[in-house]
This record gives sequence, structure tokens and C-alpha cells, in this order.
Amino acid sequence: MTAFKHWLDRTGMGSVLLLALLLIVVFPLCLDLFRLNLVGKYLCYAFVALGLVMLWGYGGVLSLGQGVFFGLGGYGMAMFLKLEASDPVTTKIQSTPGIPDFMDWNQLTALPIWWEPFRSFPLTLLLVLTVPTLIAFIIGYAMFKRRVGGVYFAIITQAIALILTVLIIGQQGYTGGVNGMTDLKTLLGWDTRTNSAKYILYFVSVGLLLGSIVLCTWIQKSKLGTLLLAMRDKEDRVRFSGYDVSMFRVFAFCLAALLSAVGGAMFTLQVGFMSPSLVGIVPSIEMVIFAAVGGRMSLVGAVYGALLVNFGKTYFSESFPDLWLFLMAAMFIGVVLGFPEGLAGLYTNKVKPWWQARMAARRAAPATPPITPAAKRTEAPDTEPGALPPGISSQQT
Amino acid sequence: MTFSDMMNIGLMQGFAGLSLFSVLLLMGLGLAIIFGQMGVINMAHGEFMTIGAYTIFAISHLTESFAPNLMGAYFPFAIAVAFVVAFVVGWGVEWAFIRHLYKRPLDTLLATWGLSLGMQQIFRSTFGPKEVSPTLPDWLMGSWAPAEGLDIPLNGLFVMALSVFVTCGVLIALYKSRWGLRVRATVANRTMANATGINTKRTDRLTFAIGCGIAGVAGAAFTTIGSTGPTSGSLYIVDAFLVVTFGGAASLLGTVVSAFGIAQTQSVTEFFMSGSNAKVLTLSAIVVILMLRPQGLFASKVRR
Repeated sequence: MTAFKHWLDRTGMGSVLLLALLLIVVFPLCLDLFRLNLVGKYLCYAFVALGLVMLWGYGGVLSLGQGVFFGLGGYGMAMFLKLEASDPVTTKIQSTPGIPDFMDWNQLTALPIWWEPFRSFPLTLLLVLTVPTLIAFIIGYAMFKRRVGGVYFAIITQAIALILTVLIIGQQGYTGGVNGMTDLKTLLGWDTRTNSAKYILYFVSVGLLLGSIVLCTWIQKSKLGTLLLAMRDKEDRVRFSGYDVSMFRVFAFCLAALLSAVGGAMFTLQVGFMSPSLVGIVPSIEMVIFAAVGGRMSLVGAVYGALLVNFGKTYFSESFPDLWLFLMAAMFIGVVLGFPEGLAGLYTNKVKPWWQARMAARRAAPATPPITPAAKRTEAPDTEPGALPPGISSQQT
Repeated sequence: MTFSDMMNIGLMQGFAGLSLFSVLLLMGLGLAIIFGQMGVINMAHGEFMTIGAYTIFAISHLTESFAPNLMGAYFPFAIAVAFVVAFVVGWGVEWAFIRHLYKRPLDTLLATWGLSLGMQQIFRSTFGPKEVSPTLPDWLMGSWAPAEGLDIPLNGLFVMALSVFVTCGVLIALYKSRWGLRVRATVANRTMANATGINTKRTDRLTFAIGCGIAGVAGAAFTTIGSTGPTSGSLYIVDAFLVVTFGGAASLLGTVVSAFGIAQTQSVTEFFMSGSNAKVLTLSAIVVILMLRPQGLFASKVRR
């Protein structure tokens, strides 16, 4: 048992296991299918938030264009599903059967050539993963090689998000315009709208998300993660040590784009549509907010951030439609001013030391009280509460 | 098509470019001070413009109901009020949280984004979710036709004149006044400015407030062109940031040049293709140029 506990503390896996428990056991048991589906949708944003933790928290560069990659992944998946939904039989009332309905409305008579690859599922999967990563590579390479960072990077990525939205809305015949791609029903003949399909898709998202967290944790623990942190804090020293700083940043940006694309594809599958309103500037900034609220240094925190903000958004906009924007505003400003490391930082810097001090005081007392499960989880065996630098300690939410 | 027709089309197209230029310039000016000089990423800039627009709407409404015979004269006065209202709000915002964030520019982005959400809801609760437009004085309506087949809208001329006026005002204030000297000193080297006895905190607050006030004037000017809704601000914000970044953040001249370049590119390409394609093309060109020249057209020689 103690060996297991040590392993948890060393790898920071305790919080991941807790999250897994929550997502795999607690939510499916406690929530009805509608709410569970909502959680699944929020988890898709959590992918983006994970990417932002790696890019922003660890890499030190903020991208305001993650919606672009979310959208590219989502649209890739949507194109495949849309082609499958518009087979010649169901679309026989169109003037050109066999092409998506919005193309028909826009007087297109043949499928555009760049839609062709999306007829095949393996190719679609490949494109969903590679196209956003490749675009991120090009953008990242062009910018980080010239040492564009910080504010300028944020503004340029924001402009790219705007370009993509304008492009999607403008090219109605090829992309479905403002309405986006709707009526996505089946995946390889499997109806994604049935109850069982919703459960399966939810669990697939959870699995992918947990896998991504483990992957990112592994990267953080590796030399690469150390270098990313070092770069964020003292870029010049890393550069003078002979490392190519820009390529590490490009890597972080590509990783973030890849994760966002996976989130986008899962979003399309679960929600059944993709539209430009999920791609532009506002959703991109909201994704940053998820990471910020959850804790920009903590992977697990980012997932909680995505869940919490979205739950709050849904709940308050249902119950107090006039108030929820005020509450969101208060939350953003409060988080930025009060605890820049988000909820995870609040936990590591405030709750955990307080709890450890309390437990230490109890241990010092002659009669040993029973240890609650929560105490087992949070107790770090031999570290001083404030001794760890915040960047390292706050991963262990 | 005769030669004079082509001349007229050319002139009107040129005028469209010029009015877009003045719109972009007005949007960018306030931000050039706040973002360019202070380094604060003010995502609520659009909302400060909306404050100005709603001020004009409210004053026009009041004038209409209480002093209808003053309708011809209220507009310049209302613009001044728009400046003051946005200035005061900016002052308060700087005091409330911007001043705590000067060392963390990316966090000002998040905080001001939250602020913009809150302000949008305030607009919605106060003025309703629908778009509104003020009743404009007669001298702003209609168009000026210097020749046959040539129509120049008066509101465009007004916005143009206003943007020239505000730009000159900002330039003079920044390069000829005490305040401008303090701002430039603070931007160049905050510690040294502090050491020479400049109250940098007060300078910051005043600078931020003036930037917001100029945003208010810009919003006020826009009421002559289009209507205002609670979310109008978010339509301007990216354009405003691009204008400032493209020109080179700390250079006011750069802001003017980049607004001119962007506006002309946009209106020329719009002549050949659809509006959205023209926008995509213009924005992509800016992004590519920014990738090649990250500091913008006029790089500042400020040590940061």
C-alpha cells in the first residue's frame, strides 16, 4: 500500500485516478443520459484545455486560436459523416443526388475534389489528426523561429481564428456556411444517436482524455517537460545552453493542436453537428478560460476547469439568463486577480498546506485519530508544504 | 461606360477606402495608446467604443424628448460626453484591476475579456438586446454631390474629419505635452522614469483612461455609420488589434500607415471579389507579413 502511495506521489497519478473514478463511475451512475452527453461535450473542450496547459502553462506561449484546430478536427469528422449521410438514396430529391444538401442548395453540381478523401474513414482519421498538426507546425515554425512570442503570438493566432471563421461562413457551398454541417447521424452505418451509442462515445472520449493526460504527464516528467518549463522561465539561458528553443515551442504548439483536433472530432461525433460558431474568437478565448480557471499548470485541473465553467454556463444560463454573464465576468477577473494558478493552484497552495498542517498537528497529539480517505490521498509523506516550487507541485492536484 | 463614369467609380471606391481607413484608425488609436504604449491587452476596447455609441444614443434620446429644437447642435457636445464617460469608466477599471496586472500582460487579456462580458450584459440590461441608433442631426444626413453621378455620403466625411482631428490631438498630446513626455518616459524605462520623479502609477491610470476615452469617441463616431447593439464591440476588437500590431505596437505613425494600408487593400480587393473573400485575403496578407516582420511595419526602438 505504501509503495502504491509513493508511486502515486512520484508520478502525480493520484489525481488522474480520482478524475478517472469520477468520469468512469460517478458520472455515468449519477447523471441521466442527457446530462452525461453534456459532460461528454464538455470533455471535448477539456482536450483543448489540456493542450493549452502544455502550450501556455508549460510552454509560456498563449494561443488564442485553439478553436481553429478544434474546428479543423471537428470539420474533418463532420465532412466524413456528412458524406455518409448524403448517399444517393436519401438525397434523391436533390438536383444532384449524392452530394451534401448544402452543396445542392448552393448550386454545386459535383463534389469538390478536396472532399474526396473524406469518403474513406481511415483517411479521414488520418487527415483529422495530421492537417491541424501540420498547420500548427507551419504557423509555429514561422513564428517561433523568428522569436515571435507572448502577446504578438496571441494576436496573430486570434487573427487566424477570425480568418477561418470568415472563410467558413463565406464559402457556403463548400462548408455549409453559418449553419455548419448538421444532420450527422451515422458513423460507418452505426447510428450515433441511440442511447447505447451515446454511452459508448462518452466512454471513448473519457478513455482518450485520460490517455492524453497520461501522455502529457509523461511529457512533463521527461526531459522535454523540464526544458519547456526552463524555457518559459529563462528562455535565454536555455538558448545559450545550446538548445533550439523554437523547435520545443513548435512541438508544444503541434501537441496542443493535435489534442484540440481530437477534441473537435469527438465533439462532432457526440453532438452531431459542427458550425463556425464553435471555431471563432469567442470560443477560442473561452477555451483559454477553461485552462485558466482550472489551473494553467495542472492537466487534471484543466479538465475540472472545462467541466466547471461549462456546467456553470449551462446552469446559470438556464436559471438566471440575465446574471450568468456577470457571474462569468466575476469569475474571470477573480481568477486572474486572486489565484492565477486557478483552482489547482488554490488547492496546492492553500488547501493542501492547510490540511497537512492540520494532519501534522493531529499526529503530534498522543491519541491518533482515524485517517480519513481524503487524508490518505492528500498527504505527501516527506515534503515541506511550501518547499516545492509552484510549477512542480501544482501538477498533483 | 464613359471616362467620367470610370472616374466617378474610382473616386467613390477611393472614398470608400478612405472612410474604412478613418474607421480603422479611430478604432486603433485608443488601443495604440493602451496596448502600444502600455502593453495592456485590452479586450474590452470594443466595449469602450460601445459605451461611446450608447452615450450618443442616450443623449440624442434625451435631447429629442426635452429640447427638440437643439437637435441640430447636440452632436458635438454628445461626442465630448462620450469621451468623458468612457474616460471615467476606464479610470475606474484601471484602479479596480488593471494596475495589479501590469507585469502579466497575458492576464490582462483574460481579465479584460471577463470585463467585456460583464459590460455587454450591462448594455443588454440597460438598453435592451436590440440594436439601436440615435437620431442624427440633419446636417449629417444625405450626401454631397460635387459632380454628376458622384455621391459622397456626409457621415463618411464627418468620420473622416473626426479621425483626422483625434489623430492630430493624440499626436500633439503624446509628443508635445507634459503627459505625453511622462507616458513616453514610462514606456521607455519605467524604473528610470520613477527615479526621475514621474509618478508612473498616475501616468498609467491617466493613459489608460485617455485610451478608453478615445475609444468612446470612436464608438460615438460609428453611430453615424451603423447601429449599436450590446455585442457590437466584439466585432471591432480583432481589427483594432491587427491595425495596432501591424503598424508596430509603440508607433502611432505605424498605426496610421497600417490602417491606411489595410483599408485600401480591403476596398481594392472588395472591388474584384466578394466581401468575405476580400476580408480573408486582407487578413491573411497581414498575418503573413506579421510572421515575416513580427514587430510590425514600424518597429519600436524601445528596450523591453
